[in-house]
Amino acid sequence: MGIHRGHQARPLEWLAEKFIFLVSLTAILMVFLIFVFVAREALPLVLGQMNSAAARPVIAAKEMDKLKPEELRTYLGLTATEFKQLDKEALQALMEVREEEAKEAPKDKDATLNTTEWRYLFQPHQWSDSRPEDRYVWQPIGRIHKYNLVPLIIGSLKTTAVALLFSVPLALAAALYVSQLASPTMKEWLKPAIELLSGVPSVVLGFFALMVLASFLQGAFGYQSRLNAFVAGIALGLAVIPVVFSIAEDALTSVPRAYTQAALALGASKWQAAWQIVLPAAAPGVFAAVVLGFGRAIGETMVVLMASGNASIMSFSLFDSTRSITATIAAELAEAVFGGHHYRILFLIGAMLFVVTFLTNLAGDLIMHRLKGRLEGKAK
Amino acid sequence: MTATDAKANRLDFRSRGFDFASFAFTGITGLATLFILAILAIIIANIVWHGWGTFSWRFLTGSADQDMFDVNKAGVLPMVIGTALRVLVMTIVVVPVGVITAVYLTEYAHSTALTTRVIRGAVNNLAGVPSIVFGLFGLGFFISFIGRGLDGGAAEPLWGKPAIVWASLTLSVMTLPLVIVATEESLRAITPGLREASLALGATKLETIIKIVLPEALPGILTGGILAVGRAGGEVAPILFTGAAYYMRDLPHSLTDQFMDLGYHVFILSTQSPDIEKTRPILFATVLALLLLTLSLNLVAVIVRARVRKRMRASH
Repeated sequence: MGIHRGHQARPLEWLAEKFIFLVSLTAILMVFLIFVFVAREALPLVLGQMNSAAARPVIAAKEMDKLKPEELRTYLGLTATEFKQLDKEALQALMEVREEEAKEAPKDKDATLNTTEWRYLFQPHQWSDSRPEDRYVWQPIGRIHKYNLVPLIIGSLKTTAVALLFSVPLALAAALYVSQLASPTMKEWLKPAIELLSGVPSVVLGFFALMVLASFLQGAFGYQSRLNAFVAGIALGLAVIPVVFSIAEDALTSVPRAYTQAALALGASKWQAAWQIVLPAAAPGVFAAVVLGFGRAIGETMVVLMASGNASIMSFSLFDSTRSITATIAAELAEAVFGGHHYRILFLIGAMLFVVTFLTNLAGDLIMHRLKGRLEGKAK
Repeated sequence: MTATDAKANRLDFRSRGFDFASFAFTGITGLATLFILAILAIIIANIVWHGWGTFSWRFLTGSADQDMFDVNKAGVLPMVIGTALRVLVMTIVVVPVGVITAVYLTEYAHSTALTTRVIRGAVNNLAGVPSIVFGLFGLGFFISFIGRGLDGGAAEPLWGKPAIVWASLTLSVMTLPLVIVATEESLRAITPGLREASLALGATKLETIIKIVLPEALPGILTGGILAVGRAGGEVAPILFTGAAYYMRDLPHSLTDQFMDLGYHVFILSTQSPDIEKTRPILFATVLALLLLTLSLNLVAVIVRARVRKRMRASH
């Protein structure tokens, strides 16, 4: 009998270790699945397989026999399995339905457009049923489905910009105070108190913005529409503050005490040490905090849905009612036909949102990792 | 310059009257801190002030079967039950997975290995995915892929529709990072000596983890679970398409039923009420119920966590 090693010596231990390892891969699997399954629903749209035209070209039902099976299948928009299950009479009936539909379809030039093509998603178009000028319009419900994403993207960026301008200075100042200037006892109280703000659900922040903040800010600034990008941005800022605060505070605290002590020993005052020594040393971490705050702000849903007014107006003014990407998904997905073009567009913007936040998270994560490695390396 | 002069100069430098810059800097940052706390206090005070009048035992235990917009009859029992159910199912799923992942990261993994880095990256990334994307994921993966797959094309879908189980699973994916991070923190707080002693006495690694490490880390695991419940309890966006119902006559009977939800109800009352002035008291009382749930859980988590950190400092 030789000495057993590894899984031969303790099979149970070996199995348990493998099991624990496999379970720990869940997080990776989930990030992967989220992307795959959100993108999967949007895929037919990206591949150009969807057609949202109100009026489509018609082939008379009598001429069915002249078509090849494959042509007939694409004409009726059926999948291969669906097509196989239908007999000739059912197909004939479907073609007649198409003919009937065509008679009632709108006749103008835009009715035949497939509005899910990229150029209608991102470029302005002169719509036949509105003012004669090139416009960016998001109007998914109606005679012609207009899916221009530019107003939504601008809406999201507007609210996010307000949120960051409001929250970043506040959160950074608070992080500096708590990590560098406050006494240890104060710090023990202040840090959890500020982090408690992250315990307020976003629906409650949205409610607060809608019922209290909106009227207050309108009274203070006297603008026209009560709910707008500004109100939503301020409320969104409340959701961003705890994120920016805790990451920035973490970065500032991870600067070795020796830095501060050296500065103080050279005669610097406490604030000079904090401002000129600690802050520059932790600068990448502060930047990471802002980046992650951006990710949080652009992905927040309920606050924007409730406080921004939700009108998809193409405008750069902060005081116009606005509609963001997230609010659009939340408000419209329930009404969209399952598997239809509207449904797929909403998944497409969801996938875009995921990619944006994935990249910001990755960047923030890498910056923090590098910073900590550097500071710890120097401290030794 | 003599030595005494230099000494006098230095002393003079230390006490050169009023340092305005220092005062301004401390003042501004301190005020910012105070301002954030003031906003938090105003939000809580406002909700308590307006909601307290309607908030009562009858309100908490009343059902919504007559009219959910009627101030005198409306109650939130179905929403409380719905929220509790979805959070309970979520906890059962997320805590074991989260704890096992944290055990792997602290006890088994090499901290520099690529796998460890990728797992950590994925955990951090998962924490930053927008909640509405989780909603889309729940609909695209759980309902239309798994649910419809289970139904196998049945005429009356049993699984392929919004349900408590899908909402809970979606939320458990969302809260996984919270549980992992909290558990990991408490595992790291345990002195290595404890593990070494156990191993030296002949216990295997698995025995050490199960009998020594995990019981020691229990407060941290609890914190993670509580934080997850607090976070998930107030989330609305992920459950919009995966299970929440606008109105239901009856309480949910099984995990494949839809449910009414406290957070979603706040959204309905604030945006779709027929008469916002009349329903304002119920709205504030519902928000108060939700806030009590999430904030009290967060408070408990904060206290437990502070104790864990204190012990960590004492032991290192």
